[in-house]
Amino acid sequence: MSAFFIDPFVDIFSYPAFFLEVLIGGLLAGVMYSLVALGFVLIFKASGVFNFAQGAMVLFAALTLVGLIDLGAPVWLAIVATIAVMVTLAMSIEKVVLRPLVNQPAIILFMATIGISYFLDGFGQTIWGSEIKTLEVGIPKSPLMVGEVLISRFDLFAGLTAGVLVAVLAIFFQKTRVGRALRAVADDHQAAMSVGIPLRTIWVIVWSVAGIVALVAGIMWGSKLGVQFSIVLVALKALPVLILGGFTSIPGAIVGGLIIGSGEKVAEVFWGPALGGAIEDWFGYMLAMLFLLFRPQGLFGEKIIERV
Amino acid sequence: MFYREAGQFKTSYAADQAIFPILQDRIFVAFLLLVAFVVVPVVANEYWLSTILLPFLVFSLAAVGLNLLTGYCGQLSLGTGGFMACGAFAAYKLSTGFPELNIVVVMLASGVITALVGVLFGLPSLRIKGFYLAVATLAAQFFLLWLFNKFAWFTNYSPSGVISAPPRAVFGDFFVTGPQATPAGKYLFALTLVALLALAAKNMVRCRVGRSWMAIRDMDIAAEIIGIRPLTAKLSAFAVSSFYIGVAGAMWAFVYTGSVEALAFQIDRSFQILFMIIIGGLGSILGSFLGAAFITLLPIFLSNAPNIFGLSISVDTVSHFEFMIFGALIVFFLIVEPHGLARLWQIAKEKLRLWPFPY
Amino acid sequence: MHAARQIGGPLLQVENISLSFGGVRALANISFEIREHEVLAIIGPNGAGKSSMLNVINGFYHPQEGRITYKGKTRARMRPHQAAAQGIARTFQNIALFKGMSTLDNIMTGRLLKMRQPFFMQALYLGPAKREELEHRAFCERIIDFLEIQAIRKTPVGRLPYGLQKRVELARALAAEPELLLLDEPMAGMNVEEKEDMCRFVLDVNEHFGTTIALIEHDMGVVMDISDRVVVLDYGRKLADGTPDEVRADQAVIDAYLGVSHEETASAAAE
Repeated sequence: MSAFFIDPFVDIFSYPAFFLEVLIGGLLAGVMYSLVALGFVLIFKASGVFNFAQGAMVLFAALTLVGLIDLGAPVWLAIVATIAVMVTLAMSIEKVVLRPLVNQPAIILFMATIGISYFLDGFGQTIWGSEIKTLEVGIPKSPLMVGEVLISRFDLFAGLTAGVLVAVLAIFFQKTRVGRALRAVADDHQAAMSVGIPLRTIWVIVWSVAGIVALVAGIMWGSKLGVQFSIVLVALKALPVLILGGFTSIPGAIVGGLIIGSGEKVAEVFWGPALGGAIEDWFGYMLAMLFLLFRPQGLFGEKIIERV
Repeated sequence: MFYREAGQFKTSYAADQAIFPILQDRIFVAFLLLVAFVVVPVVANEYWLSTILLPFLVFSLAAVGLNLLTGYCGQLSLGTGGFMACGAFAAYKLSTGFPELNIVVVMLASGVITALVGVLFGLPSLRIKGFYLAVATLAAQFFLLWLFNKFAWFTNYSPSGVISAPPRAVFGDFFVTGPQATPAGKYLFALTLVALLALAAKNMVRCRVGRSWMAIRDMDIAAEIIGIRPLTAKLSAFAVSSFYIGVAGAMWAFVYTGSVEALAFQIDRSFQILFMIIIGGLGSILGSFLGAAFITLLPIFLSNAPNIFGLSISVDTVSHFEFMIFGALIVFFLIVEPHGLARLWQIAKEKLRLWPFPY
Repeated sequence: MHAARQIGGPLLQVENISLSFGGVRALANISFEIREHEVLAIIGPNGAGKSSMLNVINGFYHPQEGRITYKGKTRARMRPHQAAAQGIARTFQNIALFKGMSTLDNIMTGRLLKMRQPFFMQALYLGPAKREELEHRAFCERIIDFLEIQAIRKTPVGRLPYGLQKRVELARALAAEPELLLLDEPMAGMNVEEKEDMCRFVLDVNEHFGTTIALIEHDMGVVMDISDRVVVLDYGRKLADGTPDEVRADQAVIDAYLGVSHEETASAAAE
C-alpha cells in the first residue's frame, strides 16, 4: 500500500529537480500528442466527421516525406512535394468518400474514415515499404541543461513548432474569409450552404490543412521514433487528449495534450513500479474517462442544455 | 413466385409476433439448421471446420454481442477485444481453478464475469455519449490487455504468457476442448452455444428489454420521459453485450485456437468486430452473422487470390494489399449500402416475392 | 357535450414556480392548477414559457423555486421516468418518436412500465413472458383501432407523414394509460382536416378514459372549442386563468395578443 500511497510522494519531494525533469519531459511529449489531436479537431469542427484516419495520415505523410528524401530530393522540395500529395489526398477523400456519404449518420462517416485509415496504412507501406526509416530534417537533438534540469532540445523544438502552428491556425480561423466560412460550416451545414458557402471546397481545404498538420506531426514523430508503422498506434494516444480537451476546441487539444502527456509520464515514473510498469498504455484513457464522469463536456466544451 | 405470403393469414397476435412469421422462412431456417447440425459435421473436412467455420461462429457470437450494444442500444464501443480477452482469461482461470466444473458452466460463468466488467466500463455511458463514449471504451481495451499481460496470475504463471485450454468433455466423454477434441466435436459444441444464444438475443430484442434499448438509441430524452430508466437500459445493454462477447472470447481461446495470449485481443480485434456489424447491418441479429461470414472469408479469399491468378507476391506485400483492399471495401460498402448486408438480404427477399414476374 | 364526465378537484397544483437558465428567466412565479378530468389549455405567444411549463411538470426541468403537488402529494425533485411511473405522459412539440422502430413498437414502448416479466423469461420467450407480451399487444391494438392507424402498424415511423407521426405519438402516450396527459402543440402544422381529427381524438380520450389533459395550442378556435379552462402565459408570467369566455374578455390577454407594448402594460398595472 505504501508503495502506492506514500513512496511516490516521498520521491517527488525528495528529488524535486528530477520531478521537474519528468514533468517537463511529459509536457513536451504531450505537445506531440496535441499535434495529432489538432488534425482531429480541425476536421471534426468543420465537418462533424470523427476522422479516425488522422493517425494513418501522419504515417502516410511521414512515409512519403522520408521516401522522397531517400530518393535524393532536397528536404525543402520533399516537404513541398509531400504537401502537394496531402492536398491531393484531401481532394480524393472528398470526392471518393465524403461526397457520396453526405447526410449519412455520423457513425457511418466514422466507419468510412476507419476504412480510409486501413487503406492508407496499406497503400503507404506498399509504395514505400514497411522497414523502419530514419528521418533527418535537421532538428537539434542534443539535450540542454537548465540549472539542474535536463531538457531535450528536440522536445523543446517540437513545443515551439506546435505553438507556432496553433497561432497560425487561430489566425486562419479567426481572421480570414475561409476561416469564417469554416466556422459557419461547423455550426450548420445546410445554413452555410444556403448563404452560398461552397461546402465541398471547404471540406477539401479543411482536409488539406489537416493533412499538413499531419505532416508536421509526422516530421516530429518520425524524427523522434523513426518512421514506422507504430506511429499509427502513437496516434491513438491523441484520442484521450481529444475527449479531455473537447472535440471542437483547438486550445483544448493543446491543454489536453499537456495534461495527458505530463500525467502519464509522472504516473509511469513514480507510480508505475508499484503497478508493474507500462501503465502509460492506459493511463491517458483512464484519466480522460474519470475526468468525463465529472465534466462530460470536456475541458473547454460548453455546458449542454437539452431541449425537447 | 415461391416466396409469397399470400394466403397466409395470421389469426392470433402470437402468430404475428413470431420470429419468422412467413412459412417459407420457417422452412428455410429449419433446412439451414439441419444442414448446419447434421450435414456439415459429416461432410466438411478439417480445414473447413477449424479455419473457416469455427472462427465464423466465434465472430458471429461476438458480433451479436456488439450489435446488441451498438446496433440496438446505440452505444458505440471500441473495447470488444478487451472484453473478449476478459472472457478468455476468466474461462481459463475457472477451468484450471475448478477442474470439476462443466465446460458449459465455465463458458457461461466467464460470460457473467465479463458482463460485470462490462457494466463497470459502461458506467461512463450515463454521463457521456457518442464518440466521447467510444473513446472512453478504449480505456477498457487498453487497461484489460495490460492487466492480462502484466499479471502472471491470469496465465497461471506461464512464462510465455500463453494460456492453453485444458481438455474438457460434455456428456461424459465427448471432448470439446483440448487435444482430444475433434474439429467436428468443437464445431458442434460451438454451433449449439451460438444458436441458442442467438435465439435468446432475438427474443430479447423483440421484448421489453430490446424496445427500451432501441428507445434509448433513437432518442434518449424521449425514452426517459415515457418512463425508461436510462441507467437500467444502458447498463443492461452493456451487461448483456459483454456477456455475449465474453462467451465469444472464451470460445476463441478454448474451442477455436486452443491456446491464446492476450495479444490476440488487441484493438484490431475490436475494429474487426465493429466492421462485422457495420457491414452486416446495425440493429440486426441476422446481419451479425452475415458480417461475420464476410469478414472471415475475405482475408482467406484475398490471400488465396494471387495463387488463383498465378501471381507470386511476397507475404509482406500481400498483407499490405489486404489492408488496402479491406479499407477500400469498407468504404465501398458504406457508400453502396450503409444499412449492411442484412438490408440487401431484405431487398432480395422483396424481389423474390415477385420473381419470376416483373411485378 | 361534456355532460358525462365530472370535473373534480385539483389533480396537480403548480405553486409559485420560477425557472431560469443562466440569466434568462423562463418562468416567473407561476401558479395554477389542473383539475381532474378537465381539458386545460395553456396559451401564449412564442417564447412565453409554455413548453418549459410542461417540462417542469414532467420533471425534465427542475425549477429553482416553487412546488408542485400531484394527487395531494408535494413532490420533491424528480426525474422524468419517475413522473412517467406516476401516470404523467406527454407528447412533444417537435415529434419525439423512436424513428428506427415501427409504429407498433413505438406504441409498445408506452407499455414498458406495465411489463413485469424478468429479463431471463424474456430471453427465453416462454410462458409468462410470451403471455405478457401478447396481452400488451392486444391493448396496443385497441389504441391503434381507436386512433385509426391500423394501416401503418408495421411501418417505421420515420417514413410516416407529419400528421400521422403526431397521431402515433399520441398513441404512445395513451398506451401508458396516463392519468395526466400533456400535449405540446398536438395540432401544429396540420391541415384543417387533420386538426379536426385530432380534436376529436383529444375529446374522445378525455370523455371515454376520463384522462385529464393539459395542452398547448396556438389555434385559438381550437382552444376555445375544446378546453374547459385556459391559462395564459406571456414572457414567463401568468396573465390570466379561467374559462374560455373569461379569458377572452380579459384586458391583459387582449393587450398581449393585440400587441400593446410591455412598457404600457407595466405602467397600466402601476396605475
